[in-house]
Amino acid sequence: MTIIEKIWDSHVVYQQPGAPALLYIDLHLIHEVTSPQAFQGLRERGLKVRRPDLTVATTDHSIPTTDRSLPIVDEIAARQVAQLEANCREFDIPLYGIHSDRQGIVHVIGPELGLTQPGMTVVCGDSHTATHGAFGALAFGIGTSEIEHVLATQCLLQRKSKTLQVRVDGALKPGVSAKDIILALIARIGIGGGTGSIIEYTGNAIRALSMEERMTVCNMTIEGGARAGLVAPDDTTFQYLHGRPHAPKGAEWDAAVARWKQLVTDADATYGRTITIDAGALEPMITFGTNPGMGIPIGAPVPEPSQVSDPGEREALQQALTYMGLEGGKPLAGHPVNVVFIGSCTNSRISDLRTAARLLAGRKVNPKVRVLVVPGSQEVKRQAIAEGLPEIFRAAGAEWREPGCSMCIAMNGDSVAAGQYSLSTSNRNFEGRQGKGARTFLASPLTAAASAITGVVTDVRTLL
Amino acid sequence: MKFQMLQSRMVPMPQRNIDTDQIIPARFLKTISKEGLGDNLFCDWRYDAQGKPKADFILNQPRAAGAQVLLAGDNFGCGSSREHAPWALMQFGFRALISTSFADIFRANSLKNGLLPVIVPADVHAALFDAVASDRNVEVRIDLQNQTLTTPDGRTVEFPVDSFSKHCLLEGVDEIGYTLQHQAEIAAFEARRVGSVNTTA
Ligand code: SF4
Repeated sequence: MTIIEKIWDSHVVYQQPGAPALLYIDLHLIHEVTSPQAFQGLRERGLKVRRPDLTVATTDHSIPTTDRSLPIVDEIAARQVAQLEANCREFDIPLYGIHSDRQGIVHVIGPELGLTQPGMTVVCGDSHTATHGAFGALAFGIGTSEIEHVLATQCLLQRKSKTLQVRVDGALKPGVSAKDIILALIARIGIGGGTGSIIEYTGNAIRALSMEERMTVCNMTIEGGARAGLVAPDDTTFQYLHGRPHAPKGAEWDAAVARWKQLVTDADATYGRTITIDAGALEPMITFGTNPGMGIPIGAPVPEPSQVSDPGEREALQQALTYMGLEGGKPLAGHPVNVVFIGSCTNSRISDLRTAARLLAGRKVNPKVRVLVVPGSQEVKRQAIAEGLPEIFRAAGAEWREPGCSMCIAMNGDSVAAGQYSLSTSNRNFEGRQGKGARTFLASPLTAAASAITGVVTDVRTLL
Repeated sequence: MKFQMLQSRMVPMPQRNIDTDQIIPARFLKTISKEGLGDNLFCDWRYDAQGKPKADFILNQPRAAGAQVLLAGDNFGCGSSREHAPWALMQFGFRALISTSFADIFRANSLKNGLLPVIVPADVHAALFDAVASDRNVEVRIDLQNQTLTTPDGRTVEFPVDSFSKHCLLEGVDEIGYTLQHQAEIAAFEARRVGSVNTTA
C-alpha cells in the first residue's frame, strides 16, 4: 500500500457500497473568508460544532499588514473579521485572531504550532491546504458546504483519488530551490495535469529538503490540479515537530514517532502513475503567463504562439501574452519589474526570509521597485526580528509588514496596480490575482531578491 | 438543490483553464453571505474600468439572458476552493456546465449546490462549440437520471456522475443530514482514535 492509501484506510468511518467513504478529519483549519456561510448554515440547522478541539481558526486573508493597533479601514473586511470572532466565540473554537501573538497564514501556523502531524487528515476551506502534506498528512482544500459538513460531523464524504508518484532525484544546483522543483513539475504536467490525483513526492532530492522546503513543494500541488500532495515523514519531520506547542510530549512522543514511522509506502506498492524529475537538471524557474503551468527556466525564451500546433493552446498562450504585455521568443531575464512580493503560504517562512535577507544584506533594492516583505506569521516575525532581518530589509529599501496573505490575493489593500509587473514568491499568477490588471511573474525567494536589487527579472546565479 | 432535467441554450466560453479568480475575483470574497455574487460573475472580463458592461463580453449579450448552460473550455474552475464561484454562476442563472474536465474542488463545490458539471469527450465538446457558433439558439438537453446529454443535432451522449452525487441531486438529499444518520459510527471511530491533538489545550 502507498502512504496515501494507509492514511485513507485508517480514517474511513463508514462506507456504504456505491457511496463515498465517510472520512474522519483530524484537524480542521478555518479562516475568515470561506467560513461565514458555513457557520450560518449550522445556525440555520440548529447544529453545534462536533469537535471544537480539532478545529482552529485564524485571520489572514483580508486583514491589513500595516499597524495592527489601528482599526481595519475596510468596513467589509472588518465585518468579516468580526464575524469570525463572533462565530468562534459562539461555537467555542480557538481563534488566533488579529491581535494574537500566534496569528498568521493558516498554512504557516498549523505546522509551526505542531498541530499538523504525520498520518492526519487535515482540511481547510482553502486550496493550499496541501501544504500540510509535507508532514505526511493527507491534507486538502474544501469548499464552504464541506466546511459546514466537517463542523457538524467532523467527517467528509470523499471518493478515493488516483495516486501519482512524483519522484525527484539528484542534487539541486546552487541558486535552484524547492520552489523551482514545484514550478518545473507544474510546467511539465500543466495546470490540470494532476486532476483527480493525490501526489506522493518521493526521491532523494525530496528527502534532502527541509520541512519548510517540503511545505513549499506541497503547497503548490493544487496548481498542478491535484488536491493533495504529501511527503512520507522521516527524521527531518520528527526533528521539526519535536518540542512544538501541540506536538506530543514524553512517552507520548515516543509512541507517536513509532506510529509515524509506519507511514511509508510499501516496497511492493504501485501508483496510478509516476513522473520522474532530475533535480540536477533544474534551473531557476519563472512563470511568464496567467496560470502557474506557464513556467520556463529563467534563461529560456517565452514560448511563441506561432510555434504551438494545438489551436486551443495557441489561443490560450496568445491571450496570456497579451494580458502580460509580453512577446514570445524572448527570455524574461532583463524584463523590468515594478513590485517584488516576498510572502504567502508558499514562501513566507523564516528560511525564505533568511534566504532573501542574505542576498539583500549590504545591497539596495532598485529605487524603481517597491519591495514588500510579509512574514507568514507572528512566530516568523519574532524569529526574523531576533535575527535582525527586518533591519536588513529596511536598510535595503524594502517594506517590512505584519503577517498575512497580503499581496498574494490582494484582498486587504496590498495590491499591484493595473499593468504593473510583480515578481512574486506566491503561488498564483491568474489575471487580476494581485490586483485588477496586475501582471505576475512567480518565482523563488532567491529570484525575487535578486530581481529586487536589479529592478529587472534576474537569474540569481549572476549575483551569487 | 435538486437537479433532474434541463433544456437550454448554451453560452460558449472556449478559453481553457478558466480559474476561480476570473469567475469571481477575490475582492468580492469579503462578503459574509452567499448573496449578491451573480452581478460580479466574471467581473474583470465583464465590466470596463468605469464599471460599465463591455458589449463584446458574452455574458453582456442578449443571448446570455435566460441561458442555463455554460459551455466552457477545458479544465474549468481551476484555482482556489472558493464556493463563491458556483454560487455566482448559479445566481447568474446557470444550472449546468459542460466541459471536457473540471478542477476537483470546483466540481465538488458545484455538485453540492445543484450546479451540474457535465463532462463530455473532446469531439463532442468541439461539436457543441461548432453548433453554437453556427446558431446561437441551439439547445442541449441534459437528463441526469439517464446521465445523457442530447446535442442540438440529436445525438445522445452519456456523461459520468458518481452514483451518490446523482442520488443527492435527483432527490435533493442533504449530505449533512445523511452523515448525521451515522453518528453512532462516528462516535465508535472517535473511541478508537489514538494520538489526537487538542486545539483548545
Ligand atoms: S497566502 Fe495566498 S494562497 Fe496562501 S492562504 Fe493566503 S491567499 Fe491563499
